Amino acid sequence: MMIPVLIGVSFAIFTLMYFAPGDPADIILGDMATEADKAMFRKEHGLDAPFVVQYFYYVKGIVTRADLGTSYVTKQPVTTEILQRFPATCKLASLSVIVAIITGVSAGIVSATRQYSLLDNICRVVSMAGVSMPNFWMGMMLIILFAVVLKWLPPSGFSTPRHWILPAITIGSSSAATIMRMTRSSMLEVIRQDYIRTARARGESERVVIWNHALKNALIPIITVVGLSFGRLLGGAVMTESIFSIAGLGKLMVDAIKVKNIPMIQGGVLFIAFVMVLLNLLVDVLYAYADPRIRSQYVRPKVRSAPESKEALNAE
Amino acid sequence: MSNRLLEVKNLVVKYRSGKTAVHAVNGISFGIRKGESLGLVGETGAGKTTTALAILRLIASPPGKIEGGEVEYDGKNLLELPESGMRHIRGNRISMIFQDPMTSLNPVMTVGDQIAATIRLHRKKSRKDAAVEARNMLELVGIPGERYNEYPHQFSGGMKQRVMIAIALSCNPSLLIADEPTTALDVTIQAQVLDLIEKLKREFDTSLLLITHDLGVVAEVCENAAIMYAGEIVEYGNLRHIYKGTLHPYTQGLFESIPNIDEDVRRLKPIEGMMADPTRLPQGCAFALRCPYKDGGCEKNAIPVFEPEPGHLVKCLKWSEIKGSDRRKRLEERRGERIA
Repeated sequence: MMIPVLIGVSFAIFTLMYFAPGDPADIILGDMATEADKAMFRKEHGLDAPFVVQYFYYVKGIVTRADLGTSYVTKQPVTTEILQRFPATCKLASLSVIVAIITGVSAGIVSATRQYSLLDNICRVVSMAGVSMPNFWMGMMLIILFAVVLKWLPPSGFSTPRHWILPAITIGSSSAATIMRMTRSSMLEVIRQDYIRTARARGESERVVIWNHALKNALIPIITVVGLSFGRLLGGAVMTESIFSIAGLGKLMVDAIKVKNIPMIQGGVLFIAFVMVLLNLLVDVLYAYADPRIRSQYVRPKVRSAPESKEALNAE
Repeated sequence: MSNRLLEVKNLVVKYRSGKTAVHAVNGISFGIRKGESLGLVGETGAGKTTTALAILRLIASPPGKIEGGEVEYDGKNLLELPESGMRHIRGNRISMIFQDPMTSLNPVMTVGDQIAATIRLHRKKSRKDAAVEARNMLELVGIPGERYNEYPHQFSGGMKQRVMIAIALSCNPSLLIADEPTTALDVTIQAQVLDLIEKLKREFDTSLLLITHDLGVVAEVCENAAIMYAGEIVEYGNLRHIYKGTLHPYTQGLFESIPNIDEDVRRLKPIEGMMADPTRLPQGCAFALRCPYKDGGCEKNAIPVFEPEPGHLVKCLKWSEIKGSDRRKRLEERRGERIA
């Protein structure tokens, strides 16, 4: 599945950029450039070739040399630029997802085990607010409160752990809300299952019943949501990165779009698609880990020798 | 009654939703001696499962609630025990097998781990010893020990029920509650599972509360039977009392609805009418609506319990009339050879 998706994405973004109005030569070189300068710029970047030829060379570059082209602005390879920015984005995304999982899953479980209680209602209202609140607004409010008024945390940058807290909470809160809602509904469904009653009838304590038996069965939809939000965050949280002035992928993309830095945009989109696809694969692997029924679709069970399987039949 | 292992007295359970209350169990009383097998028989919705869950205090609350009565086990009232004490009873002293083996095992744990978990929980064994013990339990119920590491979806329904039995008996409980253990299985497997329960029951000297709607199963496994209708026990006695000396019109109806192989009949003969609405139970006899013997007295007041013979209890005003009736004689002839 990975390869067709990536080919599709690359074709779509390439076509989109090719037909988008506005000549990059005009924007990059500015008003003062002569017609000859522009022609040279186009020739230098291969923009004068027909569409199909351009696309062919682009794909060939990626496949043979992992080359996403050269940035019009910095004259650096796009790959290098992306990889420079990626660690910050990756760190931010991981931190936010950790925040989101911890708060989301525990709030979801509390909500599900005490359905319709005061605590459940509070959790649901807060999560509703978390889903609906725009990230940038949340970020600005946090900056005002913790950086400007209370002066506990720095308002921008991403150098020390103290800088990580606010952005991670900002992004994490919206994912946490989604995760919480999914955990709650998934747990509510599992808690009503017969095997939960069986576990209780065996004398298991409520803590073991909820955390070992119920949560393990409720995990599949939770993994899906976590995977999705992690993927989204890895693509760069544009708004949040701008607000906190974090030099991440999102900011790189926005800057590139502003000046129509085509290779940068294409490279960025393709990279994000690649990360997404990779993450989906990871989620699928995790499914198999969480649920033996899915695992047995991929892994052939050990073939029992003939006499033994006959015995099993007889036992039945 | 000191030889009684379990004594249920006047148990009342209701399910509430909004303003309506479903009267699931309405003051039932029965006892089980050590080593005894009691069959609890009744149609769907009679409150059999609710009774069983109430004994273990596993009724989902809300909406369910035990509103009164006592469940005395080994001299202790289980309804007053703290939750931690109750956990020590569940799975250890009293264990339960559920109706549907397909959904009663945790799908993401290996069957061996599910047995071993119970053993470790109640018998303070090391991980390794518990695993060995669990393997033995599997062998005991006729499943090869090497299937310890397999998951429930790799087992058939009958084998899952065996695993359930292994879990239930792994701590050598003194009472086993089997809630329709064979309903979800096909007939050939039913017999195997019943045989297994009987065999293990003798081996472990366990008492059995068998919940079923199948009178044939009760005749095979139990010594005593209690017939439930609309949350009450309407007739109680040993097999001879119930099968040969049937006195309650509902029990009669149950027997009449069993098709007879010797007679050529086109249709099964069900009991006429529907069960009384458990949200609005009548004041008098709940069966009066469907009863061919009823008269004015039946619908006025609550029906007392009569004891026509020692150990044979019946909740019907008309029992003496029924005793001499032609209908009863016919029934007796039909089943003459069934219970010797």
